[in-house]
Amino acid sequence: MSIPLKTMRDVFIEKLHGLMRERDDIFFLTADFGSPKLDAMIEEFPDNFINVGISEQNLINVSAGLAIEGWNVYAYAIAPFITMRCYEQIRVNLSLLSLERPMNVTLIGVGAGVSYDVSGPTHHCLEDITLMRLLPGFTVLSPSDYVTAEMLPEYSLREKGLKYLRFDSKPHSPIHNAGDIDFKKGFVELKYGEKILLLATGYMVFVALQLHEQLLQVGIKTGVLDIYELSNPDNENLSGIMEKYPHIISMEEGIIGRGGLDSLLSEIIRLHKLDSLLHPVGIKNEYSFAIGSRNFIHNSYGFGIEHIKELIMSIVRS
Amino acid sequence: MGNESFINAITSKAKWVFSETLKIHRSAPETRVASALSCIEIFSTLYYGDLIKYYPHDPLNSDRDRVIISKGHGSICFYPILADLGFFKMDELKNVGQEGSFLGGIPDPIIPGYETINGSLGHGLGVACGIAVSLKRRKKNQNVIVIVGDGELNEGSNWEAINFAAHHKLDNLLLIIDDNKISMLNFSARIINAAPLSEKFAAFGWEISDIDGHDIPALYTAISTCLKSRNKKPKVISAHTVKGRGVPSLENKPLSHIMNIKSEEIDEILRGI
Repeated sequence: MSIPLKTMRDVFIEKLHGLMRERDDIFFLTADFGSPKLDAMIEEFPDNFINVGISEQNLINVSAGLAIEGWNVYAYAIAPFITMRCYEQIRVNLSLLSLERPMNVTLIGVGAGVSYDVSGPTHHCLEDITLMRLLPGFTVLSPSDYVTAEMLPEYSLREKGLKYLRFDSKPHSPIHNAGDIDFKKGFVELKYGEKILLLATGYMVFVALQLHEQLLQVGIKTGVLDIYELSNPDNENLSGIMEKYPHIISMEEGIIGRGGLDSLLSEIIRLHKLDSLLHPVGIKNEYSFAIGSRNFIHNSYGFGIEHIKELIMSIVRS
Repeated sequence: MGNESFINAITSKAKWVFSETLKIHRSAPETRVASALSCIEIFSTLYYGDLIKYYPHDPLNSDRDRVIISKGHGSICFYPILADLGFFKMDELKNVGQEGSFLGGIPDPIIPGYETINGSLGHGLGVACGIAVSLKRRKKNQNVIVIVGDGELNEGSNWEAINFAAHHKLDNLLLIIDDNKISMLNFSARIINAAPLSEKFAAFGWEISDIDGHDIPALYTAISTCLKSRNKKPKVISAHTVKGRGVPSLENKPLSHIMNIKSEEIDEILRGI
């Protein structure tokens, strides 16, 4: 049986489209960014859709205006643009304004990490985990597979507030069963291991699973955990898992040491006084014009699968 | 509009607002008074001219017209109007900028009567576009009125919204430019010359009125015409005003934005009223 490959955006939009048949309080806005499934939504609900054009500042501002009038608003664009081009609009008109004017706005950024590999650094998104975690009131969700993404429309309608969804741009196979996903908890323990836990988000969960399989061949059993809630995961539960491992390798397609997943984990280690050592894997604070496949770019930034394997072997030897 | 006593009533309110604005500045010198003095007639006409619907005891009533004050820093003249209309107690005006007060040097939406965040410039018009779309989508007839300064129009986000409003035929949207010709460091025309502003708005598909922003009958006519019109075009009133109006040490001074008025000058002006 072949496993279907799907993009997060398509399953998300298709699911949301279905929900729009049941309720008339959803607005979907895009900054001229599409999807085949979006075409179908627009055709059926043209009055609940706006393409603001290539103008992310206005995308956020119009979204805020609709949201304070009571609409459930979805704003959709390429990840670096919907976060960094309009960061102050997000700060002022969503994060700050929502203190006084409750709103339900979901920002959908497509192109997590280097998923737009050959498009180069303008289209890579290495800073968004840090930036969006920084804003009060935001829930940051970084799913690893489309099964998780497909559950986000219902979740975002049920749990009002501000959310940033960090979607991979590429089609992938599923990892999870829908029943295992719990956004309040924020993570799923995929593999149990000894000594080393690979604690990954987004696409890096695929890399972690690959590493797990490869290392099993040489008798090393690493744990694998997918964390998709990066703002406020269930710390008690998570620290309970982390404390079983003397070594934790955080894995993110983003800049490390500056407020991303690794910072979230070091904060948990500090707060819960864990003895675990954290080894952050990701992009050191630098940019690159390297052109090539995703693996090639990972390698050029120094966090390809072989680099991570080396790190693991050095921990095992230590 | 030919009702002289009605216009006189607005004029006398505007004079009172002027005095109260100076008093606020005297007790809270960090307030941007020059910028507030140019838009007194705009706010007074809007709120005392029976032009819009508002609900002082239920400020977010869904039947209200939405007023978005994008040039927030320059709107302390709006505080006395809100107090006078009953949005909050008149006594609160003494507390502007004080610890624990909800009336800051730059207003926030914790103040009843303010819809959005103000102070960071170039935000109001885009948010107003979203509100205007929502009202139209729900077939509501209220208007959305946005007040900006001319210097604020340097912000590119405005022009994204100006494009958007025309494309979406937001004829329930009225932009009032308090065109006081002065930004923070100099005359606007010497920083980024926006002229010809009217022609620019016309080219973007907006309907424009050019008026004297201190002329209450002209403001009344322009605002009332714009708010009634449903011709598939957003409207803009370019209200030509004088920054620091009524205070000789500020009027038309290029640095008036960051200047304070001395207490003695305020006392002298108030005695003269």
